Amino acid sequence: MKRLCLQNKNSELFTLTYGALVTQLCKDYENDEEVNKQLDKMGYNIGVRLIEDFLARSSIGRCQDFRETADVIAKVAFKMYLGITPSVTNWSPAGDEFSLILENNPLVDFVELPDNHSTLVYSSLLCGVLRGALEMVQMAVDVRFAQDTLRGDSVTEIRMKFIKRIEENLPAGDE
Amino acid sequence: MTVHNLYIFDRNGSCLYYNEWNRKKQAGISKDEEFKLMYGMLFSIRSFVSKMSPLDMYPSQARPVSACLPVCLSACLCLSACLCLPPCQSVVLSSLSVLRKEGFMSFQTSKYRLHYYETPSGLRFVMNTDLSVPNARETLQHIYSSLYVEYIVKNPVCVLGQSLDSELFSSRLDSFIRGLPFYSPRAA
Repeated sequence: MKRLCLQNKNSELFTLTYGALVTQLCKDYENDEEVNKQLDKMGYNIGVRLIEDFLARSSIGRCQDFRETADVIAKVAFKMYLGITPSVTNWSPAGDEFSLILENNPLVDFVELPDNHSTLVYSSLLCGVLRGALEMVQMAVDVRFAQDTLRGDSVTEIRMKFIKRIEENLPAGDE
Repeated sequence: MTVHNLYIFDRNGSCLYYNEWNRKKQAGISKDEEFKLMYGMLFSIRSFVSKMSPLDMYPSQARPVSACLPVCLSACLCLSACLCLPPCQSVVLSSLSVLRKEGFMSFQTSKYRLHYYETPSGLRFVMNTDLSVPNARETLQHIYSSLYVEYIVKNPVCVLGQSLDSELFSSRLDSFIRGLPFYSPRAA
């Protein structure tokens, strides 16, 4: 059931487009795990390009550490592309893992998950986007949804873990 | 006043794009070798500059805009066939804006200046101009944000990491370069 939307028309179209995409994937693959994987893959392909647009528009330079990265993701990137500012919390003691808490997730406006899709991670695309984008700036990360409002949780929580720094490689030299 | 040529490298060292406008002398080696040489040298200069910097390259507070640190580069200029400048004339590194670490930005010889701009995503833009251009950083940033991102990244048909073969990109870049205030080919 459509509810009154106070955001501008662009975000409505975006939400509906995403919904149509997920619905089609569900029809094509008939298996929630496979759909999650496809969404993640698409997200990855988006992320590796989105990072360039982000760097060009925000003129942000390299982050010094993972904490700065987390802040930039939450306060600049999410704001720029989704119009929301998640909070950064739950840092692990080693400082290599944190959570992004989204009070509202624009992707899931108007959405209810039917019972037969209980393992579908609807916003998997976001995980792929974050993973792909960070890989292009030399960071290998693992991104997953720890909580999801569509599955009954009170907030949406994205957990991001730093795996390793991807080193620059020198091109193969001459003999 | 002129632009000689432009190289675009990706983070793996492949030359994605090269074009020249007023290049009077070739390097005498094949284009592939030239690209490898250029990339390899820049890679070495960047790590050299950061290693030998007498100041902390990662300031935790803002620095004044035009603080410049002269670094002797005459050893690294052996590439250039032109006369090497006396050491103190190679100004290569300056901390520009707040909280940014810039590293290597340009080198000059008695005939030309090489400008370098690298994005955090590993894309490297290299432009050789004559000496009348003190700083082409904004130009290179513009090429990145308004040309590369718009015509290559946002084009799903263009595969990233491969040679850029978008006609639109080439022609827009060409018009942009020719439209630069410091571009005006000398009469032959």
